[in-house]
Amino acid sequence: MSTQTLQQPAPPKFGAPVLEASGVVMRFGGLTAVNNVNLTVREGEIMGLIGPNGAGKTTFFNCLTGMYKPTEGEVKFQGAVLPPKPRAVVKAGMARTFQNIRLFGNMTALENVMVGRYCRTNALAFTSIIRGPKYHREEAESRRIAQELLDFVGLGHTSEHLARNLPYGDQRRLEIARALATDPKLILLDEPTAGMNPKETEQAKDLIFRIRDKGLAVVVIEHDMRFIFSLCDRVHCLVRGETLIEGSPHEVQSDHRVIEAYIGQPDEDEEELVAEAHAHDHETPPTAPTAPASPASDLTKEDRA
Amino acid sequence: MTTSPAVPRTKTSVNNPRPSPQWWLALAGAVLLIASAFLSWCYVPALLGDLSIDAFPGGLQILMIIVAVLAIFFLVLRSGRMPSMDTLLDSAKALKALSATAVAFMVLVAIVIALQAPGLANANPGLFVGIVGAALMLAGSWQMASDPLVDPITVRLPGWVEILVIVVMMAIILFGAAYALGQEDGTVFCLFLVFLGGVVAALARGGLFSWISVIAARHRQVLMMGALAVAFLFPFTQNGSDANMSIATQVLIFATTALGLNIVVGLAGLLDLGYIAFLGAGAYVSAMMSHSAFAHIGWKPPFIVVVIIGAIVSSILGLIIGSPTLRVSGDYLAIVTLAFGEIFRLTVNNLDGNNGPRLTNGPNGIPGIPDLEFGAFNFGDTHTVLGIPLGRFANYYFLMLIVAGFIILVFTRLNNSRIGRGWVAIREDEKAAEAMGVNTFGLKLFAFAGGAFLAGMAGTIKAHQDVSVTPDQYIFLESAFLLAAIVLGGMGSVAGVLVGATVLKLLPEKLRFVADYRLLIFGLLLVVMMRFRPEGLVPSRRRALEFHADDQELADRVEEVHLEIAADPDTAEAKA
Ligand SMILES: Nc1ncnc2c1ncn2[C@@H]1O[C@H](COP(=O)(O)OP(=O)(O)OP(=O)(O)O)[C@@H](O)[C@H]1O
Ligand SMILES: [Mg+2]
Repeated sequence: MSTQTLQQPAPPKFGAPVLEASGVVMRFGGLTAVNNVNLTVREGEIMGLIGPNGAGKTTFFNCLTGMYKPTEGEVKFQGAVLPPKPRAVVKAGMARTFQNIRLFGNMTALENVMVGRYCRTNALAFTSIIRGPKYHREEAESRRIAQELLDFVGLGHTSEHLARNLPYGDQRRLEIARALATDPKLILLDEPTAGMNPKETEQAKDLIFRIRDKGLAVVVIEHDMRFIFSLCDRVHCLVRGETLIEGSPHEVQSDHRVIEAYIGQPDEDEEELVAEAHAHDHETPPTAPTAPASPASDLTKEDRA
Repeated sequence: MTTSPAVPRTKTSVNNPRPSPQWWLALAGAVLLIASAFLSWCYVPALLGDLSIDAFPGGLQILMIIVAVLAIFFLVLRSGRMPSMDTLLDSAKALKALSATAVAFMVLVAIVIALQAPGLANANPGLFVGIVGAALMLAGSWQMASDPLVDPITVRLPGWVEILVIVVMMAIILFGAAYALGQEDGTVFCLFLVFLGGVVAALARGGLFSWISVIAARHRQVLMMGALAVAFLFPFTQNGSDANMSIATQVLIFATTALGLNIVVGLAGLLDLGYIAFLGAGAYVSAMMSHSAFAHIGWKPPFIVVVIIGAIVSSILGLIIGSPTLRVSGDYLAIVTLAFGEIFRLTVNNLDGNNGPRLTNGPNGIPGIPDLEFGAFNFGDTHTVLGIPLGRFANYYFLMLIVAGFIILVFTRLNNSRIGRGWVAIREDEKAAEAMGVNTFGLKLFAFAGGAFLAGMAGTIKAHQDVSVTPDQYIFLESAFLLAAIVLGGMGSVAGVLVGATVLKLLPEKLRFVADYRLLIFGLLLVVMMRFRPEGLVPSRRRALEFHADDQELADRVEEVHLEIAADPDTAEAKA
């Protein structure tokens, strides 16, 4: 995999909004995991989504991708309201990866990516049994695109390996390739560098820039602040389900409330959050959120989707 | 990437000082065993298919000759005469298993003679020569040490040799099946099973099957053609025996139905407990449209139309059951299909004119369904081909073979397509599959209704073959047996289902006590399978992986074989 010289975030000169989420609320019984969140992502933009553990970032992703039906609010994609059906969302052009890797372990890397092509191909049962020239063309096309995507994420040589045999970092990249195979306009990455070493994290950053350069919009959840602030055009910070601030990396980085949210300000009913936030102390020191971050593998919770 | 397998891959030269005394001992045992087969084992000609004649080995004695010849083959391997084969097969393990088989077999024969002759006084010296020979083989091979083996995937023999191996294997299966079916005597059949189990175990331990599976993966087409040829040739080995062909046809119908169910269970991962009802729906459609005097539908279209109607009716039933249940989680489907099976049985029991329209004659069913007739070809007649009479059952057998071939084609092609990948993805992680744009509901519904379609198709033929259709042929127990065949043989594997269906259908036909206690025996069998080999006897590669999610060694091995075969230009086209 080539590690190009690091690109700087592109100047904030973006196209039309791809994703417009407005007033999204998600309640689980008495718990409001996402509370009235608005998010607009524009073409060619890399949006960071940060917040302490349990802030509702993954839940928000699930609301966007139709895995949860938001209690309130609406999600518009390229101007049209999305139905809360994961398949319709993918078909519309929004793909995602998972915080806890959800590959198809017993399929090869190539087959995993080809599953991503499913919604862009249409060979039906009859065609698959008869196998005329059209079927072979479509299969070959899927295979070619899948192989190109594997090359794109730097896994070209592992195409025939079982997904479950790949090292952790490669599995994360394979998930990205699989998501890209659905031809998305917008890709949602849930902690793409969790469990990666610094070198792999650098490669992941490079990969995300290259994805953006393909013309995709990107939303990325990360706990690694240095990664987020050097990658994103805008950063959106969630705390306890609510938007704390959205702005350029510089604005967010220097906002004292963000720092407080991560270290925690003890008050009556927030003991839990404080305890959780303390677990992050070594990751985001109060004075300098851009200090070297440690791999966040042990800090991430399981995705409940 | 791949870690090295358990066995070293280097070609180690044979360094045992051979032939050793043990080697000679085992050889002497094998020779004695052969000699014993040419002697009389017992005075009573009526016992065990006549083992009383000197110099003419009877059936069971021939089995021992085979064991001894195999043992001698492995002994020759051990002497280092064939270095290329020696490193491929573990002769020590194979010899041990072969000797143990011979001993067990001879002791069992002695016991049978003692019990049924009655008394060992009726045994002839040949029996004791055989026992001594087997014991010597065991004594000689017991201490033999295994040599390091090479990994079979690294070995490439000339293509024609590999194909020859497949052909020979197929021929052995053909003759084995013909011989087994020919055994009228339950005891002989049992002893044959002991022999078969022992030899298969010996060859498996010797590493022959892992080698053959590599060859088979390289030559899929040849293997398929070979299997088809064997199935096609089988009736010609039966010399017009209707009894055997009837059993063979039953087995084939059962296997064909199980293959259809395996699309639902093995590929799409859905638990369908009412599959037999779809077979029944096809059978009833066919019966009602037949020329039987008890058929109440006036329209008598050509049979091919009946087949299509039966299949469509079945699949519509499948759609009706499937579309509400497949949206919810898998357990509901099991319950609903279970209920559907009962509803079907009760419905056909009641459509007798009293409680509903007069269609099925209730519990009496529809008897007297005439044989099929395609032009001048009547399925009830005996036709002589190449001097071999092929009776009524053989005719249906060939017809079912075509259906089975069609279902296998559907099975394998769907499995290796976009749809098949979707099914695997659903089995692996349904939520993730949905999030990647796979139409999970549609694919499951398709599998369910498609499986029903194939069952309906098979049912239309079964009705004519069975002559009559009654509700008690299509009860829950039959669905359970179909499922058992799949679990036993291997989910998602064509060969596995064929093996499973054959075992489950053939044993009760051949052995009274298995028929009497078949629920108990099959139950125990399944429990044992679940404990020791949950993926089935002949599993598909993927299913084996799924059942052993923690087995890293297996995953590495599977990947290694896959890489080797994917890299092979000869087989690249078989994969695509
Ligand atoms: N399906 C669910 N049912 C009930 N509660 C849920 C569910 N999913 C998430 N939650 C709760 O919603 C809150 C937000 O969880 P979420 O996983 O979205 O946090 P997160 O920001 O992704 O955290 P992390 O950084 O640890 O991944 C948590 O308190 C969690 O317990
Ligand atoms: Mg999360």
